[in-house]
Amino acid sequence: MRPADLPLPVALGISVVLICGAGFALAGAVGAFRLRTFYQRVHAPTLGSSMGMFLILTSSIVYLSATRGAPVFHEALIAIFLSLTTPISLMLIVRAALARDRLEGGRDVPPLSGGGDA
Amino acid sequence: MSGAILNYAILAAQLMLAAAMALYLFRMIRGPRAQDRVIALDAFYVTAMLLIITLGMRTGSTLYFEAAVIIALLGFASSVALGKFLMRGEVIE
Repeated sequence: MRPADLPLPVALGISVVLICGAGFALAGAVGAFRLRTFYQRVHAPTLGSSMGMFLILTSSIVYLSATRGAPVFHEALIAIFLSLTTPISLMLIVRAALARDRLEGGRDVPPLSGGGDA
Repeated sequence: MSGAILNYAILAAQLMLAAAMALYLFRMIRGPRAQDRVIALDAFYVTAMLLIITLGMRTGSTLYFEAAVIIALLGFASSVALGKFLMRGEVIE
């Protein structure tokens, strides 16, 4: 089926979900651009790499399935992989940044919490 | 009608993702510290992958899916390597 032959509600749904996903990614980027300290800026991009990624992949799966007339699910692989790896890499980077900041004794280092295993 | 709606929606999504990439690029150049650059690079490749997926929606081809998978794999490996570098000062000890 050509994209122009899709039913109007399906096309509208795909478009809304796609634009919402891109909006989440843009909001995360604006957060990473505007927030003051590093520990605030770490949080913003995860908006794009969790919710933005899920919405864009969902709209892509629905769109490709609708245009081909058969379910196409291989893009779920990317969603599974990214939702597993993003926390791991962010954890590694933030632990490393925390260790660097504690070593230098910077101004805006978060204090040690009860466990203090960082 | 639905073709035009999809066309404009994909174009709008691509423009928003490109704007997000520009903001991450600014953060990557500006810094101020190494960890800011690494976080910005990590988010930059995820956004580039999303942009490639929307490109695949525009053309309807599966080749872009494979490119997106490769970007996700290599991006994770590079983030882990950069995190290790930030921690220890070298990647492989």
